Amino acid sequence: MIEARLYLLQRGSAMLLAPLVLIHLGLILYAIGDGLSAAEILGRTRGSFAWAAFYGLFVLAAAVHAPIGLRNLAREWLAWRGRSVDAAALVFGLVLLALGLRAVWAVIGFGIGAGDGA
Amino acid sequence: MTDETLTVEIWRGKDTGRFETYQVPHRQSQTILDVVTWIQRHREPALAYRFACRVGMCGSCAMTVNGRPRWTCRTHVSKVAASGGVRIEPLRNLPRIKDLVTDMTPFFEKWQTARGRFEPSATRSEPMAAIPSDDPERRIVDAGIECINCGVCHAACDVVAWNPDYVGPAALNRAWTLANDQRDGDRAGVLKAVSAAGGCHACHTHGSCVEHCPVGLNPTAGIAGLKRMTLSALLKGGLS
Repeated sequence: MIEARLYLLQRGSAMLLAPLVLIHLGLILYAIGDGLSAAEILGRTRGSFAWAAFYGLFVLAAAVHAPIGLRNLAREWLAWRGRSVDAAALVFGLVLLALGLRAVWAVIGFGIGAGDGA
Repeated sequence: MTDETLTVEIWRGKDTGRFETYQVPHRQSQTILDVVTWIQRHREPALAYRFACRVGMCGSCAMTVNGRPRWTCRTHVSKVAASGGVRIEPLRNLPRIKDLVTDMTPFFEKWQTARGRFEPSATRSEPMAAIPSDDPERRIVDAGIECINCGVCHAACDVVAWNPDYVGPAALNRAWTLANDQRDGDRAGVLKAVSAAGGCHACHTHGSCVEHCPVGLNPTAGIAGLKRMTLSALLKGGLS
């Protein structure tokens, strides 16, 4: 049952990530190709609910997708099984979520001064 | 290999052992099982191997031939020895007993883990269930029912090698036929069994089982069907 749930979550998050990753890559090419400066990029992203939603969803999907795959890898390739691998995957997912949301907050900021150090 | 003789290497021993080399007369339409039998009768009386029907029905003579799992009674020497000799080993992914014989117990225990056994929904005093042969579910069952339990797919599967919990393609193929069998009394139980750790969701869809199945079954398609069926049951609350 837990395996079926994890399977559903991993495939569901992959379906979300597929278009999000393509848009993200396109965005990088666009920003680099047009020679946008960091200040120009931040000027467009700061306070944007749309970009917050886009990258928030991206981080959430990645934080769900990656630990499930790593758990499978650890079980099959490292023969690491039992609750310890489940806990490690969960911790990895939470760390990914925290780092990702912190990065989103740094770029979006909503004008509260977040990301000043970025 | 010359026209008259064939160089055959056979694994002797258990987990530790060695390959012994034999020269075997080459005959027309000779099978790998013929070769092993000739060696046991004429060169190595203590050679252990397993066979029964010799016509591809019983599934007991599977071995690894030149690195690939095969049913030896239906594998012609001319098909596999084109580049020289023949090397014969026991099946992969199963405990070895002696020489070419493996212990099939874990293979059949995994069928039970995957609920690969028929649960009747009626007694013998009731009339037989009438299921038309063109019924869509029955056609799915028919496509997977001819498994001869030879263990070739189990030996071919990398996921079985990596994950000791994985029940394997043969057990899941059987579960798939039962999940589609209208006469089975606990089809929800099959879906629960294959949703446990080591069940259908562990399959990576490599397709080695399809590639190697000697009777041309497609366990990968059945496992994909089980994934769809279990997800549908999960979303409807049928797996709890």
